[in-house]
Amino acid sequence: MNNNINFSRLFNVANILSLLAVVISILFLFFKGLNYGVDFKGGTLLEVRIENKNIQIQDIRSSLNTSDLGDVNVKQFGEEGDFLIKFEKNANENKKFITDLKNSISKKINSAVNFRRVETVGPKVSRELLKQGITAIALALSAMLFYIWIRFEWQFSIGAIVALIHDVVITLGIFSILSFEVNLSIVAAVLTIVGYSMNDTVVIFDRIRENLLKYSKLKTNEITDISVNETLSRTVITSLTTLLALFSIFILGGEILKGFSFAMILGVIIGTYSSIYVASPVLNYFKVTQKTLLKDDDI
Amino acid sequence: MLSFTKIKVLSIYLILLLTIFFASLNFKDNNLLNKKVNLGLDLQGGSYILLEIDTKPLVNQKLQTKVIPIKKLLNKNKISFNNFTVSPNSITFTIDPKKQDKFKNLFFKQQDNTINNFISEYNKFELDLEFNQNKTFIKFSNFGLVSLNNAALKQSIEIIRRRIDDVGTKDPTILQRGDKRILVELPGIDNPERVKELLGKTAQLTFRLVSKEDGFGSEKLILSENKEELTVSKRVVISGDNLVDAQPQFDNQSNQPLVRFNLDRLGAQKFGRITTENVGRRLAIVLDNYVISAPNIREPITGGTGTISGGFSFQEATDLALLLRSGALPAPINIVEERTVGPDLGKDSIDAGIFSLIVGFMLVIVFMFVKYKIFGLVSNISLIANLLMLIGILTILEATLTLPGIAGIILTVGMAVDSNVLIYERIREELKTEKSIIHAFDTGYNKAKITVIDANVTTLLAAAILFIFGSGPVKGFAVTLGIGIITTLFSAYFIARHLTSVIVLNDKKRKYFKL
Repeated sequence: MNNNINFSRLFNVANILSLLAVVISILFLFFKGLNYGVDFKGGTLLEVRIENKNIQIQDIRSSLNTSDLGDVNVKQFGEEGDFLIKFEKNANENKKFITDLKNSISKKINSAVNFRRVETVGPKVSRELLKQGITAIALALSAMLFYIWIRFEWQFSIGAIVALIHDVVITLGIFSILSFEVNLSIVAAVLTIVGYSMNDTVVIFDRIRENLLKYSKLKTNEITDISVNETLSRTVITSLTTLLALFSIFILGGEILKGFSFAMILGVIIGTYSSIYVASPVLNYFKVTQKTLLKDDDI
Repeated sequence: MLSFTKIKVLSIYLILLLTIFFASLNFKDNNLLNKKVNLGLDLQGGSYILLEIDTKPLVNQKLQTKVIPIKKLLNKNKISFNNFTVSPNSITFTIDPKKQDKFKNLFFKQQDNTINNFISEYNKFELDLEFNQNKTFIKFSNFGLVSLNNAALKQSIEIIRRRIDDVGTKDPTILQRGDKRILVELPGIDNPERVKELLGKTAQLTFRLVSKEDGFGSEKLILSENKEELTVSKRVVISGDNLVDAQPQFDNQSNQPLVRFNLDRLGAQKFGRITTENVGRRLAIVLDNYVISAPNIREPITGGTGTISGGFSFQEATDLALLLRSGALPAPINIVEERTVGPDLGKDSIDAGIFSLIVGFMLVIVFMFVKYKIFGLVSNISLIANLLMLIGILTILEATLTLPGIAGIILTVGMAVDSNVLIYERIREELKTEKSIIHAFDTGYNKAKITVIDANVTTLLAAAILFIFGSGPVKGFAVTLGIGIITTLFSAYFIARHLTSVIVLNDKKRKYFKL
């Protein structure tokens, strides 16, 4: 591949679009919020398999109507006869209530019921898990910042961190817009996105630095263009193989991994975009030149 | 970068063979070294239960035991007191302010202090004393609370262990988590609901007489069987502490399941005396504030054994006996988090996980071969080696593989080629300007090295943070992702580089150098 794409021509347009996407995401996160799963909200999640495949979702709903479960949410999950039930009550108060619930559902819909998965999280633990998740993401961002700060000049650090925040905010924003459930595995996905996006940015930055030293007369945007072009085939190939693996999990890996792999797919696409269109333009704004490198080396 | 000493090549392939050997152990059931990748609860089915002890009632209970000794101490030293009350976490009374110092000295006496225990571990007293005008407040000191909490937690863990061992689940894990919590992991259990009930029961057993009239020394309790309300004396005849054994049995005459218990010597004596004195009265058998049964005492029971019948099923009798044998929990326990996966879902998850791994792997392999031809083949060989090494290291560490862990492996497959791609793309650039192929490959590897390391450190950092903060399945993801990065670096920089060097050095006709 011999590329000579004028990326920097689109920097301004891309930056406006990115900014718009970030603002929309923040508005959604602020006003609509995230659809937290039981991990972060507390409550109970049941994955049930009903023997009698004729049972419809409304039968399950009505079988739960009389119970004191709080806000109940039932949805089809995977194969026919499989449902996911979520409600506010948790096992804190009554240790026997899951057994009781199973018997009551089974009696009302007149079919054997298999509770394939039960997750119940009390309010205290869910608050702790949420706090842990936020801490982990914040810590990951700081660790990346620190690493970049050691390895590169500060202008690069800012570029990288702006790109990372861009990726995380938009990924979560899309989860908010689509009301997709956010649970522990989504936090894992976000952390991996942070790692992946950083990885992608670092490869381009490495090249930019190398080219800054090689060509002393070129302008910053020319250098970024050359560097992005030189690394482009690598960027595309790695994103493709990673996406191949992720789509394979998304389509074939079962219902439980769907949310996780969806978040990762979003993250890989956004992360690849941001390395080129967010991280690199930041260097332009700071007018990073060979001098910047030589001067900062003393610090 | 293309030259390898013989010893280096030997050690690279030795390491590879060793990890492959460990990876292969997973396919045999009882292997020599007994090493295997453990399946997480989400894959093999089982329960993860986080329990939290509630020490509030215990604090009150302990304070209650101080009431009589404090009153005795006051009387003995001729300190008159008024308005003696016990609230959930303090004792208050009023004494003459002039006598406060005297009481203080007695209360904080170092030697033979039966009321206020001195905790030598912290060099502090268990109870605190405070005066407010003529009022006296006694409560647990922070150190007293900590030591009470720790003792209760330790004892609870012990009792929970006994209960779980008694149920007979295989490979349970019981761990302390923080200062109030107990983590219980039960792989592959059939009936999590039953175990949960057994874990959560305080199982405080007491034998008390049913009294005729209401009064200060009695309380109203419900008889489980027929919801009858009974007035039961607060005085405990014997408690579960006096039990040495309990077994489920069938009654000889009615064939009803019941629990036969044996008392220790002290308990037997007391039980004998009370039953002799109270023939004809009803004796309430109370478990956690519910009366299981309240039979009439027909004749004195002096043998130190007795039976409890309460219209149980045999399962209920078995569970009650188990609870009585294991002893009472010192404080109530709540389930604050539970995750249970049935074995059939676990099986489905493994199947789906492995299937998507194979498909993802094939896709990447085909893609790499199409894109890079012979060097794609090299990259693919190193990818297979990478995967085998990853499984081998997981086996050596006896790590736990979870469903997100499998996702981590698939992701590693997708991202592992990155290192090789970085290198090959670099070599291709070098080939444009460099005449000597060997030289181009050499500089390609060299220049890409820094980028490859930079790029992988970032993912490794993310994995490390995830490992520290994640729990259960998510931790499994961090493990495979982290180890995957290390095996990726090894396979790219040793295995793939060696194979590349063999091709390049033997490719005199420059048949393959076109990337």
